[in-house]
Amino acid sequence: MSDMTQTDAAQTDQAYVTDALIAEDIEAYLLKHQHKTMLRFITCGSVDDGKSTLIGRLLYDSKMIFEDQLAHLEHDSKAHGTQGQGIDFALLVDGLAAEREQGITIDVAYRFFATDKRKFIVADTPGHEQYTRNMVTGASTADLAVILIDARQGVLTQTRRHSYLVNLLGIKNVVLAVNKMDLVDYSQERFYEIVKEYSHFAKQIGMESFLPMPISGLAGDNIVTRSDNMPWYQGPTLMGHLEDAPVNVAQMQEEPFRMAVQWVNRPNLDFRGFSGQIASGVVRPGDDIRVLPSGKTTRVKSIVTYDGELPEAVAGQSVTLTFADEVDCSRGDIIARSDAPCEVADQFEVTLVWMDEAEMLPGRPYLLKVGTQTMTATVTEPKYEVNVNTLEQMPSKTLGLNAIGVVNISTDRAIPFESYCDNPDLGGFILIDRMTNATVAAGMMHFALRRSQNIHWQALDVDRDAHAASKNQKARVVWFTGLSGSGKSTIANIVEKKLHALGKHTFLLDGDNVRHGLNRDLGFTDADRVENIRRVGEVAKLMTDAGLIVLTAFISPFRAERQMVREMLADGEFFEVYVNTPLEVAEGRDVKGLYKKARAGNLKNFTGIDSPYETPQQAELTVNTVELSAEEAAEQIVQALLNS
Amino acid sequence: MTTPETAAPEGADNARMLTHLQRLEAESIHIMREVVANAENPVMLYSVGKDSACMLHLAKKAFYPSPPPFPLLHVDTTWKFQEMYKLREKAAKDAGMDLIVHQNPEAVEKQINPFDHGALHTDMWKTEGLKQALTKYKFDVAFGGARRDEEKSRAKERIFSFRSANHRWDPKNQRPELWKLYNTRKSKTESIRAFPLSNWTELDIWQYIHLEGIEIVPLYFSAPRPVVERDGMLIMVDDARMPMQDGEVPMMKSVRFRTLGCYPLTGAVESTAATLPDVIQEMLLTTTSERQGRAIDHDQAASMEKKKQEGYF
Repeated sequence: MSDMTQTDAAQTDQAYVTDALIAEDIEAYLLKHQHKTMLRFITCGSVDDGKSTLIGRLLYDSKMIFEDQLAHLEHDSKAHGTQGQGIDFALLVDGLAAEREQGITIDVAYRFFATDKRKFIVADTPGHEQYTRNMVTGASTADLAVILIDARQGVLTQTRRHSYLVNLLGIKNVVLAVNKMDLVDYSQERFYEIVKEYSHFAKQIGMESFLPMPISGLAGDNIVTRSDNMPWYQGPTLMGHLEDAPVNVAQMQEEPFRMAVQWVNRPNLDFRGFSGQIASGVVRPGDDIRVLPSGKTTRVKSIVTYDGELPEAVAGQSVTLTFADEVDCSRGDIIARSDAPCEVADQFEVTLVWMDEAEMLPGRPYLLKVGTQTMTATVTEPKYEVNVNTLEQMPSKTLGLNAIGVVNISTDRAIPFESYCDNPDLGGFILIDRMTNATVAAGMMHFALRRSQNIHWQALDVDRDAHAASKNQKARVVWFTGLSGSGKSTIANIVEKKLHALGKHTFLLDGDNVRHGLNRDLGFTDADRVENIRRVGEVAKLMTDAGLIVLTAFISPFRAERQMVREMLADGEFFEVYVNTPLEVAEGRDVKGLYKKARAGNLKNFTGIDSPYETPQQAELTVNTVELSAEEAAEQIVQALLNS
Repeated sequence: MTTPETAAPEGADNARMLTHLQRLEAESIHIMREVVANAENPVMLYSVGKDSACMLHLAKKAFYPSPPPFPLLHVDTTWKFQEMYKLREKAAKDAGMDLIVHQNPEAVEKQINPFDHGALHTDMWKTEGLKQALTKYKFDVAFGGARRDEEKSRAKERIFSFRSANHRWDPKNQRPELWKLYNTRKSKTESIRAFPLSNWTELDIWQYIHLEGIEIVPLYFSAPRPVVERDGMLIMVDDARMPMQDGEVPMMKSVRFRTLGCYPLTGAVESTAATLPDVIQEMLLTTTSERQGRAIDHDQAASMEKKKQEGYF
């Protein structure tokens, strides 16, 4: 062991003596430690700010390192360390083998340590801009953030970025840890210079308060014991502050009661309980509650747990409630205090942090998970994107990996929610790509764009069934999809003629024609293609309400959008026809000369050339235009349609 | 356990502060319910160790008054301690759950054992055995009792951790996990390992066992047991299958185990800690970490990470 660590260990022992109770009276020790609370925090800073060293130091000082790990550490310090013969605390926390070699942390890692008062969970995340998503992930569960600054460097671009993200995620308790004070001769002047600069910036981003603290993670100044090197600092040590800082879940008890239902517990016909983790407030048997979104009210009959029924339960506890009356309630619903229910809406303004390599596509349906509900949602083009380095608001058409922006989002049904700043459990959400299942974004609800209770669907006397019945047919959308030049329009034309001859009421929506009018403002980027199909879908839907058989001929290259249209319509109304023509055949035909242009590079984003075509996996019918003539294909489609 | 402390510690407000164990318990229950609400065919991996015991106890709480709505799966190596087999049957019965025991038929046939086959023993019985069982019963989500504090590569694993069709873990391609929102969507061929004890530490587990009176295998408590010393480890002679090396005579020593696995691979520590508080006391005063007693970790640097990528739990 190096000299440095021996001195530190001695210093540490004075402040953090392994509790004498452990040896003397273990029962008393256990009793005492059953009353610990728990705090989760995040450390922000890059490798150079000494973040891993600081965390390693906290683990070391709270005796969370065992002798064998210490032996490994000493060995590793010599092999890969950056501290010469000294212990490199950073090696304690850099987890995966690849990262250890590169000397950077590339993901979110969680560390644990405990003092007599508290158990701590630290989210350790990398600081570089390309890891914004990791930092946001770590910050989402944190009660407190430690923002590290290298005293020699002062407030840097990345400090601003980290602070912005911490504030965005609603962390109220921020420690500004000015680290490496040993390298600036423990200068009070330098410390205040940095604090002043940071204060100015904090005000700009609306950060209400922060606690500045001069420390040295490497030398141990103001970590556990107050530093003799900085007598001018009178505030708490880092460990002291971590032990006393308020915990979110305790603060949420002050809010009105809300619990998202996770699971309906029905062991037998006599018991029906609603299980969930309480998001806010307190609940007692006899309380009047309201189930959202339905709005039905009842009273809490009992709070059931394995350990017996409870007289009350508070935010943070996982419980099962039973009701006084039989009221419909299922997973995704929110049980709220009857006289203070949360809002129900289907359109929101939100901030999104984009987390996927594939950029956001306005108009594409994603899955949205908030609380315990999952539904389909679409996003609009960003109102603006935030440059996380300069905090400027920039116009943008989409959001790429690690981009942050404000968008409107609309869900396919009205949902109960709260704004993120009031209740992160019910206002924080994720977006999931329906094809890859990846978590593509984290979002924070701000407010509802309109209150859904004010909008009622206009109930029409002559309804869609009546329209279809008067035409003596079943409304359908026959959706032709396939490459450019595959023969969609040609076949659709023949199909329409045949149906017309049979006395059916039809309408053909053709890709090129629609782009001359309704969609003339759209180009051929992925985002525009999505919007193109969304509009066509909506038009087709109105036409089915009118009882028509709608034929559409669009390349519609993406599965997600074809799926979207399928879901817009009533069950069984969407009839997907895949016009299967191999690329070389379609290109050989090249009726409109487009392939030639695309190959020459004069036509960008051309499906099949430099833009993908996703073949259907569940088409109602596939017609092969190499084997069949257009006439034969059309006949096959008409037969299939009439028989389905 | 579930009644919040009414005393307000730290002189804060009048909030009923949940203790760290209450919060960990609530989180684990939340995770288990999310799995059950989303999975088609979940299973709980049950190794009979103390972490498994905790996890099973939490499952009983999560779904009470229903029994946990999934079976227990023990991937057996035939080389576990006898006392583990005894508790295994009892624990499943007490919880009202089905117990599935899987032994890799190929390992049975080839009589794979830790004495003759070294690393192959773990590979075939545990890694392969687990994959076989998950495939055979088509389980889509498997609960595991792993904790993030156990080992460095675990610190980054998600609570919902995805495995490819051949059960591999890709640490570079993990989904972000925000708030308490778990994205449980997966393709047909993928499966999920869910770790409800991710945020527990070894001390938390012991404290919880103590507080809740959870039954654990008596091997965790010291008693006179027949052992031999091999490669610096004290190995218990648990049955007649254990071959004695030249000059080896089992000696009776007061020993206990800090972790349980296959008896020929699990080192005992000399101890007089015969009660739970004694065990916790010893753990707090001790200076070597838990996994030191497991032979498999010494194989190579970053060995756990490699094993996990291959499908070891």
